[in-house]
Amino acid sequence: MTGTSAHATDPAVQKLPTGIESFDIIAKGGLPRHRTTLLSGTAGSGKTVFAMQFLAAGIRDSDERGVFVTFEESAADIRTNMRSFGWDLEAWEREGKLAFVDASPDPHVETVESGSFDLGALLARVEHAVKRIGATRVSVDSLGAVFSQFSDQSVVRRELFRIASALKAMGVTALMTAERTEDYGPVARFGVEEFIADNVMVLRNVLDDESRRRTIEILKFRGTDHQKGEFPFTIVPDGGLVVIPLSAMQLKQKSSDIRVSSGSAELDKMCGGGFFRDSVILVSGATGTGKTLTVTQFLNGGAAVGERCLLLAFEESRDQLFRNASGWGVDFERLEREGLLRVVCDYPEILGLEDWLLSIQRTVAEFKPNRVALDSLSALERVGSIRAFREFVIGFTSFIKHQEITGLFTATTPSLMGGTSITEANISTLTDSIVLLRYVEMFGDMKRGITVLKMRGSLHDKGIREFTIDKKGMHLGRPFRNVTGILAGTPVHVSPADVERIWSHFEAEGSEGRRAAVQPHGGERRRGSGDRRRSP
Amino acid sequence: MTEVPLVNGEANRQGGALPRYVLRLYVTGTSPRAQVAIDNLRRICEQDLRGQYDLEIIDVLAHPEVAESEKILATPTLIKQLPPPLRRVIGDLSDKEKVLLGLEVRPDSTTNDRSQ
Repeated sequence: MTGTSAHATDPAVQKLPTGIESFDIIAKGGLPRHRTTLLSGTAGSGKTVFAMQFLAAGIRDSDERGVFVTFEESAADIRTNMRSFGWDLEAWEREGKLAFVDASPDPHVETVESGSFDLGALLARVEHAVKRIGATRVSVDSLGAVFSQFSDQSVVRRELFRIASALKAMGVTALMTAERTEDYGPVARFGVEEFIADNVMVLRNVLDDESRRRTIEILKFRGTDHQKGEFPFTIVPDGGLVVIPLSAMQLKQKSSDIRVSSGSAELDKMCGGGFFRDSVILVSGATGTGKTLTVTQFLNGGAAVGERCLLLAFEESRDQLFRNASGWGVDFERLEREGLLRVVCDYPEILGLEDWLLSIQRTVAEFKPNRVALDSLSALERVGSIRAFREFVIGFTSFIKHQEITGLFTATTPSLMGGTSITEANISTLTDSIVLLRYVEMFGDMKRGITVLKMRGSLHDKGIREFTIDKKGMHLGRPFRNVTGILAGTPVHVSPADVERIWSHFEAEGSEGRRAAVQPHGGERRRGSGDRRRSP
Repeated sequence: MTEVPLVNGEANRQGGALPRYVLRLYVTGTSPRAQVAIDNLRRICEQDLRGQYDLEIIDVLAHPEVAESEKILATPTLIKQLPPPLRRVIGDLSDKEKVLLGLEVRPDSTTNDRSQ
């Protein structure tokens, strides 16, 4: 047919966009057109969903018809099961957009084998179905189930090879699923990969630190490119399978130099004029240091200039958040009424991290906020493994940067006085700015300190400033000039004379090397002076 | 293609005492295997079901929709429609014992020819 000749003359393998959007990104365009791809996975890894979604996306998005060949579940079962994804298979069948070839075993009919046979009837049915509705996509689910229906496996293997060749000759793009017994082991049972080895993908469903982690990996696309490695995916009720592409969006973000207010004029000044619009800011501190206040100000600052703000709160209840905000003079209820604020308040445990990412993405797509605050990342950290958490943060940060959204996350440090959390360790390189909030103990008083640790692409105040909280919010005071070791969580008081003497050393080093010398020696200076203080 | 319509066996001369077998054989076109299966089945019918059967031969290439509604995968496939229960035998029917077993036919005691 036409497909065969086109294929033979084409110099390069073309891709067929499947319509499974995020999958097309990692597949760099889609499945190899006019070819058969093997999709292998353990039980429950999502093979059937993928196989049907491949057809559903074609029918829905590009009016491409599809034939579903089922060897395992009956067509009736599949129609029922897929309804939950919002795919009305019966309607598509009536409209001639979808056809089933139901080759599932009938448990009521006993079958005896007597002599040699082939699967000519099956092939005839597939060809008939493809021709009848003009299908360009075919899914076969699953190959392993064909083997279990017949005793002579060499015959089945030979016949499947014949069917794969026939599909190629018909010019359709086909997806065949196959079982594997382990998530990390041979590609498939029964040696089926021998005859459709050109393109192989693997679905995994691994128990990772007590939670299930679904991933998809493209092992090979012969003659064409794809992204390497495992990509997490999730299966959602109203959409089917959604891949979460981690590297897809990296490093393509635009970087803007537009500044937005943090909601506090003084903090803006520390940051050299505010946060950058497409940036991600991490606010880290122990419990009670003022993270939620920073979030509240950030949202209020956005709403004040008519920006839409989304708050994802995982630590405090809605009532608590609203009460806190009014305690700082911010009226969340009014902002919500005016449509400038949306608050999503949930226990992190209700979803897995992949699902959270999707759910957040959908909320963002629908509400279209200018600012997103997440309080706190540390609460999400306990939902999944460290790897899943890192992927969540990567996916989330790249997503909101793409949308030109300013993002502010909070992280809770485990110890009251300082130190770092796992959250920080995992995401500090992903964020553009880091603001630290710390308790500082001074002569029997607990004071709060704030510092801008990192501000990518901008000068900023490098001092550690004291701040107070009152009914109007946060007020920045003077730098802690005579305390050292605040960030390490061991503040040590230094006498003003010592401070003077140390600074005079730097002055003496001369104007040329000064700038360079201050930065690398900054840490040593603190440590040295602290020791001096303790030793006598 | 080569659809062979209903092939009636000899009328049952022994009255209603014996069950009547309604058989359908699905084959692919005029392949050698199809021909072997048809020959084997005819011989078995003549030897063991003489006068007791109706046989229909269906080419799935000509009638894929029939294969679809009957859920036929393999060719050749022999289906015993009647008497119940429904039974399937797949293959070229070269093993007569298995064919008779599959069809649940008790060989007629007067017919002792078991040679193939």
